[in-house]
Amino acid sequence: MIPPFDWQRVVVAPWTDGLPTYGWVVLMGFLVALACGLIGNFLVLRRMALVGDAISHSILPGIAVAFLLSKSRGTIVMFSGALVAGLVTTVLIEFIHRRTRVKQDAAIGIVFSTLFAFGVLLISMFAGQVDLDADCVLYGELGLVGMEPYAMIGGVEIAPQPVLTMGIVCLLVVALIFFFYKELLVSSFDPALATSLGMRPGVVHHALMAALSVVVVGAFRAVGAILVIAMLILPGATAYLLVSRLPRMLLLSVIHAALSAVAGLHLGVWLDCSIGAAMVVAGAALFTLAWLRVLLGRRLVGSPPEPEGTSMIGG
Amino acid sequence: MTPALETHDLTVAYHKRPVLYGVDLAVPPGHLVGIMGPNGAGKTTLIKAVMGIVPPVSGWVKIFGEPASRALGRVGYVPQRESVDWDFPVNVMDVVLMGRYGRLGLGRRVGAKEREIARACLEKVGMLPLADRQIANLSGGQQQRVFLARALAQESDLYLMDEPFAGVDATTEAAIVTLLQELKARGKTILVVHHDLTSAQQYFDMLLLVNLRVVAFGDTAEVFTEELLQKTYGGRLTILSKIAQEVKNQG
Repeated sequence: MIPPFDWQRVVVAPWTDGLPTYGWVVLMGFLVALACGLIGNFLVLRRMALVGDAISHSILPGIAVAFLLSKSRGTIVMFSGALVAGLVTTVLIEFIHRRTRVKQDAAIGIVFSTLFAFGVLLISMFAGQVDLDADCVLYGELGLVGMEPYAMIGGVEIAPQPVLTMGIVCLLVVALIFFFYKELLVSSFDPALATSLGMRPGVVHHALMAALSVVVVGAFRAVGAILVIAMLILPGATAYLLVSRLPRMLLLSVIHAALSAVAGLHLGVWLDCSIGAAMVVAGAALFTLAWLRVLLGRRLVGSPPEPEGTSMIGG
Repeated sequence: MTPALETHDLTVAYHKRPVLYGVDLAVPPGHLVGIMGPNGAGKTTLIKAVMGIVPPVSGWVKIFGEPASRALGRVGYVPQRESVDWDFPVNVMDVVLMGRYGRLGLGRRVGAKEREIARACLEKVGMLPLADRQIANLSGGQQQRVFLARALAQESDLYLMDEPFAGVDATTEAAIVTLLQELKARGKTILVVHHDLTSAQQYFDMLLLVNLRVVAFGDTAEVFTEELLQKTYGGRLTILSKIAQEVKNQG
């Protein structure tokens, strides 16, 4: 049954009485979508969306092994495990694809599902010791983020630990794109030119994959291994439909992240369902709107853009 | 004089299948050189090996007497038009500015000076009015001009161009040829992968005939002969006998 749409409960309450809880939820949702979306722009442009899929799954064994070795669920441990797993994934995919006749898509399929299965084995074998449950791995627990222990700085409670961590990840992603903008742009558009300019697109590729692993592990507990793929691809794909220059595409994917976080919150509260899933549904709806905008505006190609503020999704 | 480009025993293989064998080459500076040969002869591979885009199995490359990796700043590169995604979200100006990126340090942004140079290069290829246009909305000839402007923006001494005349209109082809002649007159060295035997004599003052190995390299007048072309293309080109006839008639 669809619950009635109660304006007070669905739209007002999350920003008033419910703010102490839902404030963190929507902020975490936005930060996850922001970090994923920014990195995702480059995955979309480099036709590597499936690599994002692969890494989101194969960091599971990385986290499990890191946990078993250190007996700690600390942030640094988790990130190190994910980083190693992410890089192992990209190296293995390239190795299989280069050294055998197997093509890249098949290599991706082999590597990530095998590593994911390996992670599932580890977690089953050491179920008593690994505090990761399967539902959380697949779908995340965004709605509960406000109940996580708070990070303390100088004796003051700043924010729930996962939110603070994700905030730092976002800053790192923004810094990475800002400092290596030229390298990312040229190596995505024309890798051969990048090489000839002395830019080493191979290094750029691995740096991007490392950043992707960090982003995904940060997003993992919030939205799980499956929904994170949507977070990676939807903002960039939506922006790609609407604009014709990279800086605007990056900006528009940020707007997409914010809109889908807010819309997902209200949808999740209304239907009393997983807020992570609701965010993805909202993001997909925005993609559909962008697509309609393209279909309706096709006649306008080549003519000056419409005045600001008239477009349907605020881009 | 130090050769603009020198290779020794350059051999390249894809998946263990050699596609270019033992290329020994010394291109003197200030020449406009056509690289010709049948499909799959390794013309593109040769350029990519010089740029370090594909790693050679053996041999070395020197550019103006220096190891290639250290001299890439002096090389301008025009890849095949189909090698990039023309739906990519960049406009004409963005693409030309990429030619300046090699001279900007890590984290440095393009400034007024770079834009000025890029505008001048667009002007030279007649594309300045389209500077703000998204690259998806360009014709084939216009796309090629953008690539050329980008190479000009690199302000190089050696240019490597992979089929700049492929799929362009006659006006663009003429404009490109004029530009190449101008570069040569300014002492630049230009190597151009080219397909059209009928225009080769007219465009280039030196020719490099390739078919998995170097068949011949030298002044166009000496290299453009029936015997050497036959050796390069085998019996595969029907146009060949026609060309041979023309060569004879001229001879």
